[in-house]
Order: sequence, then structure tokens, then C-alpha cells
Amino acid sequence: MSDASAVVALIPRLRAICGDAHVVTQHDELRTYASDGLLQYAVTPGVVVLPGSGTEVRDVVRACHEVSVPWVARGSGSGLSGGALPVEDGVLIGLSRLKAVVEVDLDNQRVVVEPGVTNVAVSAAVGPTHFYPPDPSSQIVCSIGGNVAENSGGAHCFKYGFTTNYVTGLEVVLADGEVVQVGGKELDRPGYDLLGALVGSEGTLAVVTRITLRVVPAPDHVETMVAFFESTSDAGEVVSEIVSAGITPAAIEMMDGLAISASEQMAHAGYPLDAGACLLIELDGPHEECRARLDEVIALCERHGGRDLRVAQDEPERQLLWKTRKAAFPAAARISPHYFVQDGVIPRTQLPEVLRRIDALAAEYDMRVANVFHAGDGNLHPLVCYSGPEDAARAEELAGRILAACVELGGSLTGEHGIGVDKKAHMPKMFDESDLQAFQKLRCAFDPGGLANPGKIMPTPRLCGEVPGPFREHPLERAGLAERF
Amino acid sequence: METVASRTETPGSAQEAAALLRASERVRIRGGGTRSGWGHVTPAPDVVLLTAGLDSVVEHNEGDLTAVLQAGVPLRAAQERFAAAGQMLALDPPGAPESTVGGVFATGDSGPLRHRYGAARDLIVGITVAQPDGSVAKAGGKVIKNVAGYDLSKLFTGAFGTLGLIAQVAVRLHPRPPQALTARGIGDDAERLAAAASALAHRPLEAECLDVAWSDGRGAVLARFGGATAERGAETSATVLREHGCEADVVEDDAALWQRQREHQRSTGATVVKVSGLPADLPKALRAADALGGTLVGRAALGLWWITLPGGAEAVQKLRAALTPAPCVVADAPEDVRNAVDPWHTDAAEPLVLLRRVKQQFDPAGVCNPGLYVGGI
Repeated sequence: MSDASAVVALIPRLRAICGDAHVVTQHDELRTYASDGLLQYAVTPGVVVLPGSGTEVRDVVRACHEVSVPWVARGSGSGLSGGALPVEDGVLIGLSRLKAVVEVDLDNQRVVVEPGVTNVAVSAAVGPTHFYPPDPSSQIVCSIGGNVAENSGGAHCFKYGFTTNYVTGLEVVLADGEVVQVGGKELDRPGYDLLGALVGSEGTLAVVTRITLRVVPAPDHVETMVAFFESTSDAGEVVSEIVSAGITPAAIEMMDGLAISASEQMAHAGYPLDAGACLLIELDGPHEECRARLDEVIALCERHGGRDLRVAQDEPERQLLWKTRKAAFPAAARISPHYFVQDGVIPRTQLPEVLRRIDALAAEYDMRVANVFHAGDGNLHPLVCYSGPEDAARAEELAGRILAACVELGGSLTGEHGIGVDKKAHMPKMFDESDLQAFQKLRCAFDPGGLANPGKIMPTPRLCGEVPGPFREHPLERAGLAERF
Repeated sequence: METVASRTETPGSAQEAAALLRASERVRIRGGGTRSGWGHVTPAPDVVLLTAGLDSVVEHNEGDLTAVLQAGVPLRAAQERFAAAGQMLALDPPGAPESTVGGVFATGDSGPLRHRYGAARDLIVGITVAQPDGSVAKAGGKVIKNVAGYDLSKLFTGAFGTLGLIAQVAVRLHPRPPQALTARGIGDDAERLAAAASALAHRPLEAECLDVAWSDGRGAVLARFGGATAERGAETSATVLREHGCEADVVEDDAALWQRQREHQRSTGATVVKVSGLPADLPKALRAADALGGTLVGRAALGLWWITLPGGAEAVQKLRAALTPAPCVVADAPEDVRNAVDPWHTDAAEPLVLLRRVKQQFDPAGVCNPGLYVGGI
């Protein structure tokens, strides 16, 4: 049976599990799911299922396992690394119907949700007394299941940490269709840190059907300010001094001149277009502590030539400052018809050096690069601008060289977007063969058949040595594209 | 029991450690030896592998608030170095001076600072491990924010050396807050004391630590604050504690209070059980400790409590029954207790089938600390 016909043969069973209305087979409709937030990659899946419960997810995965059909789980499809890119002869499992807030347990500061719940809805469910800190820019649409898969961060993770620091329990369906409970509401279940392994595994180990999250008391007070500087190095110096002074702002965001002018065109916040850089700094916590730290931060900004300082006077103004920052990506379209968003990380002290290298690379390629950073934790989002499809390959090459510079400076290929398909070719820049083999060991422990989101993370396809059940030659083996370890 | 270990090796590099693992059948990995009495009692290994040769602070990147440490570095020595720069690794488990970084990460042990800064798993950003197949592998990196590749740093943290030897860790550091003050509330009503702790846990006070202690029908809630507005935080907390019926005061010279909290997570003769409970079940835990003549210390907002029991295996079983379904792991305990009960409370552990599959992949021949871990892994 060919791979394509295996998927086709599975369709009646998928319809029996999810109901006819929730199994998509028409080519036009399937194409809707061909890409996630990274539009450069598109693969039309064999079939899309939209299960309505964890049980249906389990039955779908089990059905796939029985006939060795690969599958990809998808949340809101807002990921930026192609992590939810479908497999042509596989099943795409859309989790958007699983959107129940199952339990709010504020006594224990926990909330239990299904994976299709949006990030912002989690905070809404526990507010106003509590909130869920990880806040990716896409939080209005992105799903918590996707956040778990990618270990999402956001602007506030410098102070509050990442998704992995907040997940205390998961119900997952393993690739063989078995449902297991990992962790719970309590911390430190005896045994290996399977939660740590699962969060950020980009959907390659299992599919999550229920999530228990820790939430924290909402801060008493918030102060948000912007300041403008001659150059990114001046702004970078301020960031370093804030951190050295022992101040931990909730967020420190930086934009360079190009990003400022693009954002201003869209948000109209009245930002000075001649500035070389701006910092958006947010402090939260007890009122008195916030005010004291704000004064220190303002003094540091002024010492480094900060000007046009502006402290938000009310919530609408705070929202405007954030809107201007979050507009940076969509606003890039105003300055360039096409762009690649990158997601590199460097040790914070290497900020001036990496900016120097990005400038040099931009000059070498004669392309513009706008820079937006989560500066507190050294997470860069360079936007590589290019004019048309004919330049796409060169722009991608430039983006790749920026990543290489990040790794050379002691950083990482990705801070929050994930490896997915987009960066898997770069993995050998950061990890050598024995590292990749160790990754593969984890993969094989969870999914020996390699059916969960194949073709992501690892630079070359790999298979596991011991697959339970009757031996079957993997399609990749048959095609001579992979060997068994 | 490790009575007749035939050979001791002290590798000087991760590569040497990996080669020794590959050449051996049954290895016991040992750092400072301060937690080697935890887990199942195991037969003598062929080789005891000491991490003492892996003893350098590889990097302390002050401006980046990160450090790279070899496993054999004593945690205290590393902390002294960080303190000189006004920084800390926010990990304060109880431990003798010889307690090592590798041992703390391999056991995942923690102390009162966990309230604000998280556990070892939350502070590790990269790892290098020596594996029983003879290879050295790394994961993560040395930056705080990083999602490239699987998070094996967390998988090896708390794995008790059963997947390989942690040779090196990269960690996130924090500024060491100047000036600390502790609000202390004392009471003899378990329900009211727990309610006071809960009230503090639900306020956005940003305490460094929030602990509870209980013995002989009387206990305390302790909330520690650091930084410029420590006084304000402590005073506010003392008011909250009084509102909940505690006798409250603010302690300026508070180091001894916290030293005591840490020390009571350990015992040299009695049985210590680490309970992973729900914060709201604290009254139940306090009553259970009382009923068995035990004492309790722990993290009030996290539901992590260490109960020291005068009794043996039977007392452990009774405690587990009283606190079902909370995992109750035996830490320090006489050997006869660890032989008589499953120290790991495997019934309440992570899915054993998955734990075994992970072990099978990383250490298929069972070389690393065999028999020590959950489910006899």
C-alpha cells in the first residue's frame, strides 16, 4: 500500500471517530492548513481531523499508529518556525475545538485547560487576582497547546520565565495511542522530569490533550516607560546597567531606528523618527518598589543620553506603548514588501558585537535589517527586508549568517520560535553528532515509530532501532534517505 | 550497600568519565557524598566514579548573570565566588560544605529560595553529560532563553545519575538582594496557620522565601524579603499574619531562622519524607505530622513539605495513607526503613513505563547507578 493510499484508507475510520463534519478532505480546504505562521513553507496534508475531545485525539493517534501513518498536531497555526507544517501523506490533527477551561483552582494557584484555549484566555480565566505570565506577541490567537509544544516566551519572560516554568501537569497521547498523565497539580512527582522533556519538544514526542498550569498573583502596580537614544549601543549599555544594578524589570524591549520608523507609521504613538534606538521598559510589583526602581531606571537612561522619556500615565497610554512595540513585525511590511523574521539569542553582553556584525552583513548583502529585541534576555528578532522573490534566497542566506553569528558569540539558534523545519539545517552549528544522537534517544523513548511530527528539529531524518510490533521498512529507509540506529 | 566497592576512579574530564562508564558494568556516581543515602539500597558497584576531578568554575559571566560549572565544584565555593560579584545561584538546599553542584542537580534538591526562583530544573540552562555508550553529549547552551533542541538539561536534573554522569552545567544567576528581613508569625492552630500562609501566598508581595515550620502542635510562617523595600514587605506580611491570629514580629537578623528551615530537611537518625502536596492541603499535612509525632518544614506556597518521622517503615506507610494521593518520597532514612518501604513511592510517581523507556534509551545496559531510582531503575 502506498503512503498516500494508507491515508485515504484511514479516512472512513477518522470520520467514525470525529464525525463527518470534522474530517477535512477537500483539496481547497486542506490547503488552508498547508502552512503555519511561517508562510515560506507549505505542504498540503493528506487529511485534516478536528477532534472534539481528548478521547477522539487518542483514537485518531491510535488509528494512525496501527497503519503507521504520520501525524502533526496543530494549535492556532501561529508558529514561526514551521513546527506545524503538515506531512503530505499524513494526518493533521487540529486541536482548536479543544478549548475548555476545565478547572480554575485559585486555592492552589492552578488552572487546568484544554490545548486549544488561547494564551490570553488563560489569564482571563484566573483574573483579576491572578495571571499567567508567559505572553508571546501572538497571545490573542496562539493556543496554550502550541505554547507547550514550543516552550513559548514573550516580552515578560525576563522576570517571569517561560512556559516550561509554569506547566505542572500534562495529559498526553503517546504515538502508540496510549494516554498518560505526567505531573499533576503538585510539583516534583518522583521520576525523570518528563514535563521538562515534553515542553518545547515541538510536538515530536506526543500530543497534549490537557494542561495544568501554575498561575501567580497579579502585581499591585505597573510602570511602563519608553526612552530614545542615539544608537543601539547606548541603549544596550542602559540594559546592561539596569541588570547589573540588580533591577529585574518585567520587560525590557529594544527597537532600532528602522523598526521605530516602521512601527510609528502604523501605531502613530508620536515617536521621534530620528532616534537610533528606543527602549520600552516595564516594571511591576509592589507600588513602592516599582516607583523606586523607575526612578533608578530613568536616571540610568538619562546618563546615557536618553531623551523624549515618556512614562505611561494611564492604561490606554501603556497599551499604546506596547502596541507600538508589537506592531514592529506587521509594520515591517510598510518599509519592505517582503521580510524574514529571525529569532537568535546572544549573551546580553554581546549585544553591541552582534549588532556590529548584523550591520556588516546587511552592508555586504545590500539589504536592510530592522532589529527588535527582547533585550533583557538577549533575544533578537532581526527582520531581514528584501524586495521580491528573486532576493528571497539571498535574504534567507543573510538570516542564516546572523544566526551563525549568534551561535559563535555563545548564543542560540532560537529563543522562542523553535527549530521546526525552518532552522533544522542550522542545528549542526550548535550541536555535534553525539548531541543530536542524545536528542534522538529521547525521541525514541517516546515515539519509536517516528510518527509524531516527523521531519522537524533534527537536521537529517533518523529512525529508532527498536520499533515495537512487526518490522516495517520505513518509507525514508526505502527511499535511502535514512538509516536505522 | 556500598561496602566493598572494588575500585574508585576520579576522571579529570567528561571524556574520561564517558570512557570509564563505557568500560564498566555497574557504576556508582558520587559527588560530595552528602545525599548518597537516598533512594533504594543497592549492591556494591564495580566502580565508584568520583566527580572530584571535575572541579573548575569554567565561566562566571557577570554581565550576563550566567555561569558554567563542572560537577565536582562544591556549591558553597561557587556561591562565594558569585557573592563577590553581588550575585547568587538561587539554589539553597541544605548541605554540608562538601555538597557539590553535580550532586545538587542530579538529586534536584532545593531550599527556601525555591519559592521565588524555582528549582534546579528552572535554573539550569545547559548541560554536558558523560554517557554509558562512551560519548559526551550536551544540550541547551549558556543563554537564559533558548529553545533549540530537546531540553535534556531538565531530564538529567533529578535523574540521580541513572541516565549518565552530569559533567558540567550552565546556570542562570540572580542578583543577590542586599538586606533581608523576615516576617514571622507563630501559632498553635494548624488551620489558622495554614490560612495565614495561604493569604501571603495569594498576595503579590514578591517574597524571597515563604516557609512553614511545625512541631509539637505549634508552628511558624516565615516570609523573607530582600532589597530596598524589604522592610515594607515584612511589615505588610506581619500585619497579614496578625490578621490571621498569629503572634507576629519582624526578625532582622534572620539567617539562623532560615538555616534551621534548611537543616530540618535532613536528618541523621530519623526518617525524612518529602511530600509533594497541594498548598491547600497544608492543614492535613500538619495534622498527619502531629499524629505520627513528626515535625514539618516546607514551602508554604508550593506544597512541598519535609516531614521528619521518629518511627520507621510503618510510619511512612501511615503518612502515605493519610496524604493520598500526594507522592511521599523517603529521603534520609535508616537503611532498614529504605529496605522495608519503596523510598520512591512509585505508585504515585510518573508513568513507570515511560521512565523505563527513557532509561532503556540512555543506559540500556543499566550501568549508571543501577537499582537506585524510581521503580528500581
